[in-house]
Amino acid sequence: MVEALADRLIPPDPETPGGKDIGCAVFIDRQLAGPYGRFEGLYMGAPFQPGTKQQGPQSPVTPAQQYRLALAAIDRHSRQTYGDTPFVKLSEAQQDEIVGNLENGSIKIEGKPGSDFFDLLLKDTQQGFFADPIYGGNRDMAAWKMIGFPGARYDYRDWVDRHNERYPHPPVGIGLHPGWSL
Amino acid sequence: MSRKLPPKDVVIIGLGWTGSILAQEMTDQGLDVVAIERGPWRDTASDFPPSYSPDELRYRLRHELFLRPAQASLTFRNNLDQTALPVRTWGAFMLGNGAGGAGVHWNAETWRFAPNDFQMKSHLTQRYGAKFLPEDMTIQDWGIRYDELEPHYDRFEYLCGTSGTAGNLNGTIQDGGNPFEGPRSRPYPTPAQKQPFSHTLFAEAARKLGYKPFPQPSGNLSQAYTNPLGVSMGPCTYCGFCEWFGCANYSKATPQTTILPVLLRKPNFEARMECEVTRINLAPDGKRATGVTYVDSSGEEWEQPAELVLLCAFQLFNVQLLLLSGIGSPYDPKTGQGQIGRNFSHQTVSTATGFFDNTKFNFNPFIASGSIGMCIDEFNGDNFDHGPLGFVGGGYMGQVQSNGRPIETAVQLPPGTPAWGAKWKQATKDNYLSTVYAGTGVHGSCASYRTNYLDLDPTWKDRFGRPLLRMTMDLHENELKMSAFLTNKYAEIIKAMGASQVAPQPRKGPYDITKYQTSHLCGGAVMGTDPSNSALNKYLQSWDVPNLFVMGASAFPQNAGYNPTNTVAALAYWSAAAIRTQYLKNPGRLIDA
Repeated sequence: MVEALADRLIPPDPETPGGKDIGCAVFIDRQLAGPYGRFEGLYMGAPFQPGTKQQGPQSPVTPAQQYRLALAAIDRHSRQTYGDTPFVKLSEAQQDEIVGNLENGSIKIEGKPGSDFFDLLLKDTQQGFFADPIYGGNRDMAAWKMIGFPGARYDYRDWVDRHNERYPHPPVGIGLHPGWSL
Repeated sequence: MSRKLPPKDVVIIGLGWTGSILAQEMTDQGLDVVAIERGPWRDTASDFPPSYSPDELRYRLRHELFLRPAQASLTFRNNLDQTALPVRTWGAFMLGNGAGGAGVHWNAETWRFAPNDFQMKSHLTQRYGAKFLPEDMTIQDWGIRYDELEPHYDRFEYLCGTSGTAGNLNGTIQDGGNPFEGPRSRPYPTPAQKQPFSHTLFAEAARKLGYKPFPQPSGNLSQAYTNPLGVSMGPCTYCGFCEWFGCANYSKATPQTTILPVLLRKPNFEARMECEVTRINLAPDGKRATGVTYVDSSGEEWEQPAELVLLCAFQLFNVQLLLLSGIGSPYDPKTGQGQIGRNFSHQTVSTATGFFDNTKFNFNPFIASGSIGMCIDEFNGDNFDHGPLGFVGGGYMGQVQSNGRPIETAVQLPPGTPAWGAKWKQATKDNYLSTVYAGTGVHGSCASYRTNYLDLDPTWKDRFGRPLLRMTMDLHENELKMSAFLTNKYAEIIKAMGASQVAPQPRKGPYDITKYQTSHLCGGAVMGTDPSNSALNKYLQSWDVPNLFVMGASAFPQNAGYNPTNTVAALAYWSAAAIRTQYLKNPGRLIDA
């Protein structure tokens, strides 16, 4: 289901894979299973109480828990709205409608606007799209190739004053060091 | 129950920039020095090698080098009527941790404050009249003059090898430099860095509009350099992984690349890592520090006696430790009385993003350094007439874009672009190489106000059960007006560069703890001439406890429109000189209260 959502947030096109094939769901799975998904290292002292937007998130519900709750809620919404059809079986247009209603907050998750989860999902998906491939997304550095980012290269001394010229070398990733010398 | 260790001459709390500088100066004086640092040891080869340093997710998004909020955080509210809530993850600022402190992850923008900045209250009052300042603005003079600090700025810049073009050499204005800067006694130690395309274009546009652009003073070096301590640095490679990252090339000035290699070889220096000072201990009369108590990584508590205590933690934690140790009187915003926690300030940054025709402009935004940039200073400090404008303060502005890391920059898209879907994807492809996005393109000052302050939180505690610091902070009309004015001027220059579309983003209130606004937190234990409205005298010596000196931006009575590190370091050298030449000969108050 995260693959289906990722493909709506970042759809495939003839040149560049979408969120699913580029590995955004793999990225999200791994991140949620790690420190990020557990709020590890964050300040978790009680009590937890709601505040203003400017005071930042105050919920003890971890990202991993938020995904579990939200994915179940989105699927329930899909089945209720589209004759018992689960989200992954909807047409792209129907899926887009649900994603749009998450974004504008009209779908509720645990009584709260779905936009909170939408923001989390969008951020995580975009991070998976653009992060180094060692994390499971950005497969074959396809997102970097699409925009023209050379990746984990570390020396542009020959290029800093070559103004308005397209940098010609392909990207390299952290796991692909030999590419540095090309 | 803590165990008591043999006494030392000097105990230093925190081993960032100021702790390293003070340790170097005190050990040179022949004193026996121990530095106690709550974070881990970090060094270039082992901790930020080029093999995995360029990792945006790990360092930028997951905060690898920063203090963990679980270890120490604070609470925040906008005003006295709200209940402050814990900052559970970092947003508005990033706090360093471990050897080098925030000096590891900074961009190394190495600015001096302008001469007027140190006499801000008296200067503005003289030029515009006392009534021009808002009633609740609590700015004040620093008690020190620029010319007193100049040799110490010079010393830090030569320690770092700072790359730049002088604008004022001993009073003579120099072509290509900042004509508004205070006189400097000699040129920068290394020439300015080369500038990428968009930065050069900004300078051309600014020049056409009548401004005098100059390269940003940079601690990412234009060439190899060996500093006066004999430590060598390499040239910057413009990798674009500078701020929030450690530098793998030994080309960013940090304690690791300038001081620590010398310090660690000294027999009279010791560093205890992953040890957190929990309080400064006082003699029964409260007028003398006897040392510190700290907890090591296994949870054991120790008492380290010392003749001299140097508080060199980050601004927030300097203030917290003073409050927790009962030093000075806590500030009360209702009465205006008390010194510890008063005059807290931050930095009023903003920007205007420029979108260019991608068939004509290719910026290669990934070619950059942390302190790359072409800037103008026409709208900083009091370099322009504020009379008709109805606000005080200002900032430098420039194309200071330090990177093209895609998670952060590829999502800067023209207003109206959908946040997701095929159009979003196409827009990232169309705009990535042809967008000018300097997150802190306008680097505005921040005045201090009666109700922007720090105290101890009544509810939330840290891992040792000590109260968290509580921050009460909001943006005031003066800063919002300033930001609107400056951002508009900045947007005009971006437009003149040839942008097809410009999206100005002036700073808006309320102050938001989730939105990054630099890590330039200031005040709370300010220096000054009057013990009733300052915690420290002009030598950064505590008025109340004369064998305690407090370094860092906590001493700034308000923040100027420049990055603070050079001033923080210059003050550290200035204070060290006072300790070496005056205090040690006759320990006691250097200035009578």
